[in-house]
Amino acid sequence: MSGPNDRIVFDNVSKFYGDVLGVNRVNLSIPPGITSLVGPNGSGKTTLMNLLTGLIRPTRGHIRILGIRPDEPEQLFRLLGYCTQFDTFPRGFTGYQFVYSYLRLYGCGHGEADDLTWRAIERVNLVDAANRKIAGYSKGMRQRIKLAQATCHGPSILVLDEPLNGLDPLVRSETIALFKQLAEEGMHLIVSSHILHEVDAISDQVIILSNGYVVAEGQIRGVRDEIQEHPMQILIRCNRPGALASKIFEHEYVVEARIHADGKGLLVKTRDASRFYLALNHIAMNGVTIESIAPADDDVNSVYEYLIGPEEPTK
Amino acid sequence: MNPLWWSQIAAVLRIEMKKTFFSRRGLWVYLLAFFPLVLFAVYSIREFGRPSNFGRDTNVFATVFQVFYLRLAIFFGCVGIFMNLFRGEVLDRSLHFYFLAPIRREVLLAGKFIAGLTAAIVIFTSSIALQFVALYAHYDAETMRDYMLRGNGIGHLIAYVGVTALACVGYGCVFLAAGVLMRNPIVPAALILVWEAVNNFLPSLLQKFSVIFYLKSLCPIQIAPEAGEAFSFLTIAANPIPAYVAVPGLLALAVLVLIFAAARVRRMEIAYVE
Repeated sequence: MSGPNDRIVFDNVSKFYGDVLGVNRVNLSIPPGITSLVGPNGSGKTTLMNLLTGLIRPTRGHIRILGIRPDEPEQLFRLLGYCTQFDTFPRGFTGYQFVYSYLRLYGCGHGEADDLTWRAIERVNLVDAANRKIAGYSKGMRQRIKLAQATCHGPSILVLDEPLNGLDPLVRSETIALFKQLAEEGMHLIVSSHILHEVDAISDQVIILSNGYVVAEGQIRGVRDEIQEHPMQILIRCNRPGALASKIFEHEYVVEARIHADGKGLLVKTRDASRFYLALNHIAMNGVTIESIAPADDDVNSVYEYLIGPEEPTK
Repeated sequence: MNPLWWSQIAAVLRIEMKKTFFSRRGLWVYLLAFFPLVLFAVYSIREFGRPSNFGRDTNVFATVFQVFYLRLAIFFGCVGIFMNLFRGEVLDRSLHFYFLAPIRREVLLAGKFIAGLTAAIVIFTSSIALQFVALYAHYDAETMRDYMLRGNGIGHLIAYVGVTALACVGYGCVFLAAGVLMRNPIVPAALILVWEAVNNFLPSLLQKFSVIFYLKSLCPIQIAPEAGEAFSFLTIAANPIPAYVAVPGLLALAVLVLIFAAARVRRMEIAYVE
């Protein structure tokens, strides 16, 4: 069971930039695992991450990261790494110097810092470019060196603002695998991304933001269940979709049933998924062979569309 | 003091020293620092073999030191070095590198201040020592030996080097704080320049709230506005204070300003302007 000291807690947090709203009345309690921040441009994702890491201070409310306040960097960054969206680096640094200097600031001696630097650089596959100036790096390389710096000290919380931006597909899938591995090891990963199918593939939970407000949070399925105004879509693969359709229309909670384009399944919209699943057991006993049943719209994309609109979120 | 802080200050120094000594942005600091050296070297070459006037040269040195070197060269040199310690990183959008490290902001400020101070002291004290040598280079060796060892030479040189170092401390902390507080460094630099310039015209109590007041008191030769000189009737001559008051007074002022700057850095946010 997780207590307040192994969670990231936002308690009624608001941030205003003068008259402009950053985020408002945010209450969150984030457990370990991968949590994705999803929302359109200006929804407050980066503000939330910057608040979490103490780069900005809340106008109102309190934040605790595993019991630590964000305005205590000397403690916070011993257990947190932040891969920011800022694409700027200290002047003249090579990739190696960027990671190594961070570790010296952390308090590591030369030997340990050197060792950890090379390990972090190896993990992001940048060994060949390590001694080149960052100013000459491509966007993907800059993204990777930031990731190396954020992970070099073995943090237990990793905050990643659009970490997959600029990465090629191979590195992207390697990075996603790395995230999954880190989360399995018990790490908190807070990830913002505008690529919804990737968010869907890696997230244990999502936080959906719009105009500075948290509009939904939790596991995708739980969030989907709470969206009452949009009937749940279920795809049933079966041998006789027509017969199945005629039977399920007897139930008042079935709103719509459409035979799938390939003729081998039925897409059903229902207002009460639990009762529908129960009814399906009876129908299956009457000569319809059901091969599979799967929710068709409990992914981030659908939830996002229902809550915020049909537009793809952008960074 | 926590031993971790020392190693963190050393880490900040390693990063900052390269920037303060070798950045292109700091080129004009070297120009300001070494301009009088060129003047004195040219003067000395011209004076070779001519009848010399030690008293005049000593006064020329004192005047150039107080009017140009202290009030302009070190002043603007410190603007360039210390205001950029935080402000420059905001302009480069790289301050978050430090703010995302597990280092107390106060320790970061101390590390940056020491880095800036080391650079300023090395540049300006080496220049003043070389200026001293250059000005008197046209005298023969025996005259110089007498002046340095039996006269006031060595004492004056030490005093000028000391005042220069203290000027770097005083102006350094003021401009570090200004760089933390203000977005536009020109405004505080201009205000402080005016405040320091009108120091002579202020009531004696207010004169004590300036860096130049303490520095003037420590200079080995006092240059006072002579009667009949422009605005001399407006000047208020505060009694020069002894070194045992001036040095701790200036250092106390520096500590107070640094404590104030540290409190501001502790609450500083990253807000790079697009």
